[in-house]
Amino acid sequence: MADLTTSFLGISSPNPFWLASAPPTDKEYNVQRAFEQGWGGVVWKTLGEDPPIVNVNGPRYGAIWGPDRRLLALNNIELITDRALDTNLEEIARVKRNWPDRAMIVSLMVPCEEAPWQKILALVEQTGADGVELNFGCPHGMSERGMGSAVGQVPDYIEMVARWCKQHSKLPVIVKLTPNITDIRYPARAAKKGGADAVSLINTVSSIMSIDLDNFAPTPTIDGKGSHGGMCGPAVKPMALNMVAEIARDRETAGMPISGIGGITTWRDAAEFIALGCGNVQVCTAAMTYGFKVVKEMISGLSDWMDEKGFATIEDFRGRAAPNVTDWQYLNLNYVTKARIDQDKCISCGRCHIACEDTSHQAITSMVDGRRRFEVIDAECVGCNLCVNVCPVEDCITMEQIAGTDPRTGKPIPEEYDNWTRHPNNPMAAEKKQHAPAPVTMPDAAE
Amino acid sequence: MNAMTDPARPDIQSGRLPAEALARGFSDLHPALEPHEVLVEADRCYFCYDAPCMQACPTSIDIPLFIREIQAGNPIGAAKTILSANILGGMCARVCPTETLCEEVCVREVAEGKPVQIGLLQRHATDLMMETGHHPFERAAPTGRRIAVVGAGPAGLSCAHRLAMLGHEVTIFEARPKLGGLNEYGIAAYKATEDFAQREVEFLLKIGGITIETGKALGRDIHLADLRRDYDAVFLGLGLAGVNALGLAEGEDQIGTRDAVAWIADLRQTADLSELPVGRRVVVIGGGMTATDAAVQAKALGAEDVTIAYRRGREQMNASPYEQEVAATRGVHLRFNLQPKRIFAEHGHVTGIELERTRIEAGKLVLTGETVTIEADQVFKAIGQSFVADGTDGEGAGIALERGRIQVDAARRTSLDGVWAGGDCIAEGEDLTVVAVEDGKIAAMDIHSALTAAERVAAE
Ligand SMILES: Cc1cc2nc3c(=O)[nH]c(=O)nc-3n(C[C@H](O)[C@H](O)[C@H](O)COP(=O)(O)OP(=O)(O)OC[C@H]3O[C@@H](n4cnc5c(N)ncnc54)[C@H](O)[C@@H]3O)c2cc1C
Ligand SMILES: Cc1cc2nc3c(=O)[nH]c(=O)nc-3n(C[C@H](O)[C@H](O)[C@H](O)COP(=O)(O)O)c2cc1C
Ligand code: SF4
Ligand code: SF4
Ligand code: SF4
Repeated sequence: MADLTTSFLGISSPNPFWLASAPPTDKEYNVQRAFEQGWGGVVWKTLGEDPPIVNVNGPRYGAIWGPDRRLLALNNIELITDRALDTNLEEIARVKRNWPDRAMIVSLMVPCEEAPWQKILALVEQTGADGVELNFGCPHGMSERGMGSAVGQVPDYIEMVARWCKQHSKLPVIVKLTPNITDIRYPARAAKKGGADAVSLINTVSSIMSIDLDNFAPTPTIDGKGSHGGMCGPAVKPMALNMVAEIARDRETAGMPISGIGGITTWRDAAEFIALGCGNVQVCTAAMTYGFKVVKEMISGLSDWMDEKGFATIEDFRGRAAPNVTDWQYLNLNYVTKARIDQDKCISCGRCHIACEDTSHQAITSMVDGRRRFEVIDAECVGCNLCVNVCPVEDCITMEQIAGTDPRTGKPIPEEYDNWTRHPNNPMAAEKKQHAPAPVTMPDAAE
Repeated sequence: MNAMTDPARPDIQSGRLPAEALARGFSDLHPALEPHEVLVEADRCYFCYDAPCMQACPTSIDIPLFIREIQAGNPIGAAKTILSANILGGMCARVCPTETLCEEVCVREVAEGKPVQIGLLQRHATDLMMETGHHPFERAAPTGRRIAVVGAGPAGLSCAHRLAMLGHEVTIFEARPKLGGLNEYGIAAYKATEDFAQREVEFLLKIGGITIETGKALGRDIHLADLRRDYDAVFLGLGLAGVNALGLAEGEDQIGTRDAVAWIADLRQTADLSELPVGRRVVVIGGGMTATDAAVQAKALGAEDVTIAYRRGREQMNASPYEQEVAATRGVHLRFNLQPKRIFAEHGHVTGIELERTRIEAGKLVLTGETVTIEADQVFKAIGQSFVADGTDGEGAGIALERGRIQVDAARRTSLDGVWAGGDCIAEGEDLTVVAVEDGKIAAMDIHSALTAAERVAAE
């Protein structure tokens, strides 16, 4: 059986599944139940200064759904903890005492001044917690008060606060990043410069889930009004993966430990984040949708997959996908593919045809010899993959690499790699073709 | 209960079942989907290109479009899409044998044996539309043209609605007291519950411009020559008024022997079904939908033994495998290769039927000489209906017939100038509600273009 234990910043946990700082980690009762189900660690719901903030007393969540009302994304306008600091600290200390093998990280958000950070860090250290996470990500409510994403969107502030925290505490410091920024590498670099030990990402994405067309207000609606919230859940995973990859392959931040967050719902999602280099993952929406038991599926799924692949530890596959993320200009232009339709699987819905016909390259038939039949016309197919994505039958259409002559261009396909950097159509083509920059290697997460 | 103990007396009585069991037997065959089921089902549709389901629908309803409208939260828009192609979309959603029409060719049926439930989705949208109490279409500017529609079955109603919508004035002449044709008098009660046929007629007539003359039979109260003279066009949607006879040497006119269609009409018009008598042992002769409907409804009334006797094999049966299954699961015995020979009677009452075994040899039905007797208190004949030409053949050469029904061209024009026909009464009639609706629609469109073309010629 695969060994799922992880050591993130020297903090060990029996598996890489942590609960993200959010309602599931708001109090002892919840965290106790989470640990009973097997979660490897928690990032406690963000603490702030007393007096505690207040939450709205109307609805705080909105959502979008897929078929059969499967939750695809959740959005919230909740703030940080609304309970007294002392109560939280007391509970944190007790839970850590009762569950010494689980990771206990405390999320923090106080005003952007040195003194309050110094003060709260001292209090957290007394609880026996394993580390702190700086919440620079919350996109609503707190940002208007100059905290949360208001800090996370200004790299200089991130660097400054990270530095204070490293100065005033021995605890490992994780900086949680907001995705509500144009280029995620800047805040990550700032965190590194400030001395932070790791980054975690993503926090929620600023969003309005829907507009109620009866009263013309955003949902959730509170007394006729709504405000933007933060979106999370399965729909944000692709954005989170990209941001993780950007940091993992950036020269300045490569190798910095990352805790991956955003839409992780099954073991597979977690494995993908780890493959990009994350030392562990954090989960919120999946737990809020299905309860803490989902971790059992995540644990067994990851473990069984690792066994099947022959990975003994998480480190055996961590970061394996990072070197394969490259920039567009380095993609091989001599890799030519054509769509292939498996006629035995085809159910003749015609979606590939109409997608290609109306919106792409007119490369799929709808009739052959007077009969309804869908076939790829190689002389037209540009290999774009649209048909694969719209076909309702899995593996019915696949992309196949071809060699020899491309029937579309009538030209021979060179065997060797070539890319845009020296393509004749590129006004800035360099003499020599460039391969992708040297892949970055992943140092051990525990370093 | 003497009847039970005296085998010599036929046992035909009412009130065989307690109210609940009776209600259960006549409850909706396909109950409406719940709102959430609707969304899940709508989501299964792939929005096919050149959708096979749409090709298979005789009225060419844009099925992928209406399902997408439902899925996007616009069931009223979906209803308009349906009703613009088929104004009786509500009834069709209930009575169409979808398993041999749209759902048979749904790509999901082909792929996984589980089609999108098009009929139920269609019902959902049209039900919601009817609940609003509004009629979704408006009439075009009045044309001043007047058209006579004879027969208020699906064909006549569909034709009348389309013509009214196009701005013409329509008068419907109907022999029976109620409109709807077989929707009202023939369709199995459990397919059109809660007086749906009349509610739909009311909904349809809200278009305006349609005058109703019930109790007016062609050939008795009105005459084709007069209609042709007084109206700009005539549409005949007469259905099949006649019933085929068994042609037996004896017994066919005994008490207890009935035409299944007439019996179903009685059933449909009986307000309290506990008052409708049915035999303890019933034999239904025939192999179509009428046979299965009669048998299932006899069973639902409390008949103990109900047998369908069909002269050919199961595969030749006109009732679809699904209809056969409904009958079988409700306890009807289906027996094949049995041809009626003689109906036994005592004191003028049916007591049983003798049937002769048949065999198919080189595609031909052959009698084997071997006979079977089934005891029965009631025998229903469901061996097909025939067109009665009364009233259509009054003057001159009369209307041309083909295989005993009215001959029409692709536009549903008959051999008589200014006379169109459609539904069961035409040679192409398929004995399906939805086909009758399409006939009415095609005829209306052709009448419209004929009248407007005539106008153009006159103006020039
Ligand atoms: C028992 C039974 C069950 C059926 N079940 C189904 C089913 O489940 N699904 C399905 O798709 N189809 C079914 N059908 C077939 C379907 O009902 C018919 O195909 C359809 O009703 C034909 O419509 P129509 O307008 O041509 O004729 P009809 O519905 O027969 O209407 C004809 C109308 O014309 C009137 N009329 C006739 N003669 C005259 C006259 N001389 N003067 C004035 N008016 C006249 C009649 O009173 C009647 O109202 C069933 C048929 C029967 C008999
Ligand atoms: C209701 C709610 C409250 C949250 N509160 C916090 C918080 O206090 N501090 C924080 O760092 N992140 C907070 N988050 C963000 C989550 O920790 C997490 O980053 C985000 O939900 C993405 O992960 P997911 O897709 O698994 O939910 C909150 C999320 C939700 C849904
Ligand atoms: S890969 Fe693109 S171009 Fe080729 S058939 Fe599919 S949709 Fe058309
Ligand atoms: S989309 Fe897929 S199933 Fe549909 S016609 Fe194309 S290949 Fe066949
Ligand atoms: S064939 Fe089936 S899946 Fe395709 S459009 Fe029709 S109902 Fe939808």
